[in-house]
Amino acid sequence: MLLRERETPEGLLVSVCDTDCLGETFAHDRGELEVTESFYGGAAAEEAEPERIVGSLRRAATANLVGEEAVGVAIEAQTSPLDVAVLREEFPVLGRHVGGDVTAPGEGADDDQPLVYLDNAATSQTPRAVVEAMTDYYYSYNANVHRGIHHLSQEASVAYEEAHDRVAEFIGADGREEIVFTKNTTEAENLIAYAWGLEELGPGDKVVMTQMEHHASLVTWQQIAKRTGADVEYIRVTEDGHLDMDHAREAIDENTQMVSFVHISNALGTVNPVEELVDQAHEVGAYAFVDGAQSVPNRSVDVGAMDADFFSFSGHKLCGPTGIGVLYGKAEILEEIQPYLYGGDMIRSVTYEDSTWEELPWKFEAGTPPIAEAVGLTAALDFLDDVGMERIQAHEEALTAYAYDRLTEFDDVTVYGPPGDNRGGLVGFNLEGVHAHDLSSICNDHAVAIRAGDHCTQPLHDTLGAAASARASFYLYNTRDEVDALVEAVDNARQLFA
Amino acid sequence: MYRQQILDHYRNPRNYGELSDATFSHTGENPSCGDEITVDVVLDEDEAIERIAFSGDGCAISQAAASMLTSELTGMTLNELQELDRDDVLDLLGVEVTPMRIKCAVLAEKVAQDGAKIYHGELDELEQTTIEG
Repeated sequence: MLLRERETPEGLLVSVCDTDCLGETFAHDRGELEVTESFYGGAAAEEAEPERIVGSLRRAATANLVGEEAVGVAIEAQTSPLDVAVLREEFPVLGRHVGGDVTAPGEGADDDQPLVYLDNAATSQTPRAVVEAMTDYYYSYNANVHRGIHHLSQEASVAYEEAHDRVAEFIGADGREEIVFTKNTTEAENLIAYAWGLEELGPGDKVVMTQMEHHASLVTWQQIAKRTGADVEYIRVTEDGHLDMDHAREAIDENTQMVSFVHISNALGTVNPVEELVDQAHEVGAYAFVDGAQSVPNRSVDVGAMDADFFSFSGHKLCGPTGIGVLYGKAEILEEIQPYLYGGDMIRSVTYEDSTWEELPWKFEAGTPPIAEAVGLTAALDFLDDVGMERIQAHEEALTAYAYDRLTEFDDVTVYGPPGDNRGGLVGFNLEGVHAHDLSSICNDHAVAIRAGDHCTQPLHDTLGAAASARASFYLYNTRDEVDALVEAVDNARQLFA
Repeated sequence: MYRQQILDHYRNPRNYGELSDATFSHTGENPSCGDEITVDVVLDEDEAIERIAFSGDGCAISQAAASMLTSELTGMTLNELQELDRDDVLDLLGVEVTPMRIKCAVLAEKVAQDGAKIYHGELDELEQTTIEG
């Protein structure tokens, strides 16, 4: 494949030949694709960095893309700060086809439609680097961590402990003692709810949450409050999907001991004013627990800057493996909290009568921890940093804004959450006259993977007056073409049910 | 899944409504879709289903299945009703139902069967049928 680049008065002119042409000959019976200023010109071209367009076209050439397809790659390069075509190569599953028998996992002969994966808020796909890191762990240094003197155990222990350092660095924590590995975000919520809430809360105390809370914190604190006699109050959500901050100031009062809220809503896409809420919590002497499950995957997060007391997220939503989540807690607070799970690995010394606890964070990590998953999580964070969190955020915001615009073109589509581009990378919506589950099934018939249901926010859906909603959620590897495929599937559902 | 027959039963459900003289009545839900269906049954002296109606709302699969099933149940005895299984409903629907949507398809059948069991005192009357999501 050959790529021709030359400077013209209009800017850089790039041509692609889809033949293995050498020397002087560029002629080919399908002609050559000339990339003109019409789609890389103007301000967009300056923003998109001409080198990146060229790089993108070079890949189009290598991948045997010609004509329209190559133009598509170039347009993607122009509208996204990411090299999406290259990134997609790192995710083997994105190349698969679906549509056939689902009882046998993996691509079968009857799977004939290319997958469009738009369910990233539920779980993201996994790049080669993460799978390979975990494979390498299992193939070359699989051993139980801590207390093992032998070589493999030391290698595994170092990798496992350093995974805590890597996470601390990634979210701006002070060090590994502030990073506890859990199973997922939900378990991180439960850890604090049980270990701190059950001990410290009582009648007259209050836990403040939001109406857009995920069940992970909503159900957890609701039940802990019931057991302790504490009250629960939910900050209202306004018509346009934001938190009612006047109500927040009212709700967070002197009785409040904990303010627990989502950084980004998994159903509405709302980005909440974290610093403001944390400040309000601190003003009344309460702790602030920020659920970052939907924010850490797509933006740079600094727990120190936001001054959160606790923060949680899951590995599998940011290119990492399932089975590992993170609880961040300020060291001085975690120090005061008693362990949540007892057992091996979390103790310093044990007699038949009593035990003492290991240092942070190990006192909260009883039993054999998720070692391979920690290795995978480290690789995922390295992968994301290589791509660049700012670029990922910009890519997601552009794609989400595009999806929002396309879906709101239709009068019979209700899109939930705040308008504008300050959203997480997801769009929740309903098509009039079609149940969200039917809509999701029809999208599936088009190989478009979206989610339907209440997205673990049942009370929020009650306030929205919708039993369920459909949700498309994006990640660094999604394209405008995929959003178009979604809109086409929605259009098909409309016609079917008309 | 969305053949004309399904969509027709969804748009124009048969036996939709309530029976004020119901011998028994029972409600169930499928939390994963938010489907809810109530089945009212009037029995004749031989414990055969003389009239049956359903009400509620939910996805097309659950509503179409309820519409088709209730049409089929008229005249059936409660024993015959209990002998139905999920394949009978899937046969009625006549389309391939994906595994995750089978719960929607079988909701009406389960509600009718549980209603009959409660009527016979085989199930606690307070229980509401739930198809686990």
